[in-house]
Amino acid sequence: MSNSYIFRFAIIMVVLVAAILTAVATLLKPMQEANKNAEKMQAILSSANISVERSEAIDTYKEQLLAEYTVSLDGEIVSTYKSGEESADDPNRAFNINMKKLLDKLKRYKKGDLSEAPDLPLYVLKSTEGDSLFIIPVRGKGLWGPIWGNIALKKDLNTVVGASFDHDGETPGLGAEINTDDFANQFKGKKLFNEENEFVSIDVVKGGVENSSVPPEHGVDAISGGTITSDGVSDMIEDVIKNYLPFIKKHK
Amino acid sequence: MAETKEKEPLFSSKNKKLLSEPMVRNNPITVQVLGICSALAITVKLEPSLVMAISVIAIMGTANLIISLMRSLIPPRIRIIVMLTVIASLVVLVDEILAAFLYDVSKQLSVFVGLIITNCIIMGRLEAFASSNKPWPSFLDGIGNAAGYGWILIIVGFFRELFGSGEIFGYPVFEKIGLYQTGYVDNGLMILPPAALFIVGIIIWVHRSRHPELIDIS
Repeated sequence: MSNSYIFRFAIIMVVLVAAILTAVATLLKPMQEANKNAEKMQAILSSANISVERSEAIDTYKEQLLAEYTVSLDGEIVSTYKSGEESADDPNRAFNINMKKLLDKLKRYKKGDLSEAPDLPLYVLKSTEGDSLFIIPVRGKGLWGPIWGNIALKKDLNTVVGASFDHDGETPGLGAEINTDDFANQFKGKKLFNEENEFVSIDVVKGGVENSSVPPEHGVDAISGGTITSDGVSDMIEDVIKNYLPFIKKHK
Repeated sequence: MAETKEKEPLFSSKNKKLLSEPMVRNNPITVQVLGICSALAITVKLEPSLVMAISVIAIMGTANLIISLMRSLIPPRIRIIVMLTVIASLVVLVDEILAAFLYDVSKQLSVFVGLIITNCIIMGRLEAFASSNKPWPSFLDGIGNAAGYGWILIIVGFFRELFGSGEIFGYPVFEKIGLYQTGYVDNGLMILPPAALFIVGIIIWVHRSRHPELIDIS
């Protein structure tokens, strides 16, 4: 076979394959996006102790949502989105904020690049008892990749009512256990601030809270064998919620 | 006369052998010791093992079929690249379809679907069989080898999930039969990759003792 045949064969094959894959990717994209959004809503609902199937997540979220805010680093509310408003696809809507990009933006902002103001997302949901819950999305590093979650706070912006966590590729059976209810339920009733109103966050304690000097309302038990992932959970809660302190101080 | 030449039936004994040989006597994992890496990685639980087995069967059958159909067109000098392109495209297709329709499973398998591309069994069968055989036998050969790989995955996944987390398909078996009250504790080692090696090793042992002709005396 001549060289020109090889070239022609390679070119035709590559173009054909590219066309097929692009077509499939474009065709399936809306469904994949819908899955991702539904999953995100399900996670937010789950931190508010509302467990739903993924297929019902979108509708339930719409029902329970009181408002989505974006909050500036000074603690001011920048934008508000309410269920059913037309700006659902607005990239500035709290739900559409990509946490990874936001954290990068924050890092740049803190280094002195003030060109883009990093506005933080905040969800306000109606709990099953009818209270309003404030939900803060968090994101950080696990052992193998990113981990993220949602922390739901009571109106006092101090007491945790629930949490949900997820991960990309933590070790199954070890670090990956952060996405189980057993782990997340430990966060219920924990407090972010101490008696003196100082921010202490919630520590995920290796070896168990009982055997440590961490006060029980500020600590949960780590996962045996998943120390680095557990530490990642500690760090991400502290690092992300720190940015909300001006807002929390103002609205407490 | 050409017309009297009998057509080979779809499931002739030769074709059946293509399906059954790699399941037992020439199993890609236990005899050829290929594809071990993914067998270690995704067999912590039964469900991902099962989906992985099904995905590999689908990809391998189709890849063998496509390569066999194109076998006279493929320039020998770039055949490996052509095979890789075919496998990679099929893998991306499966990945996209899983993300659209079986989102939970696709999340569990995460990077390992992508790693099917590097599964040496697929490349091996394309090169050794599909590039020189007719489409139908190639298709069967692909299915047979992938199934031979798949059933090992499922067995390993079964034991690792049962002894590592005390569950089968996420159903807490050991908790239901009250094993934990007797002081039993889940074996953490079963969750880690080396456990898969032990189980594969045991399967190979059982397999060789039942098929002594496989034992390499040299």
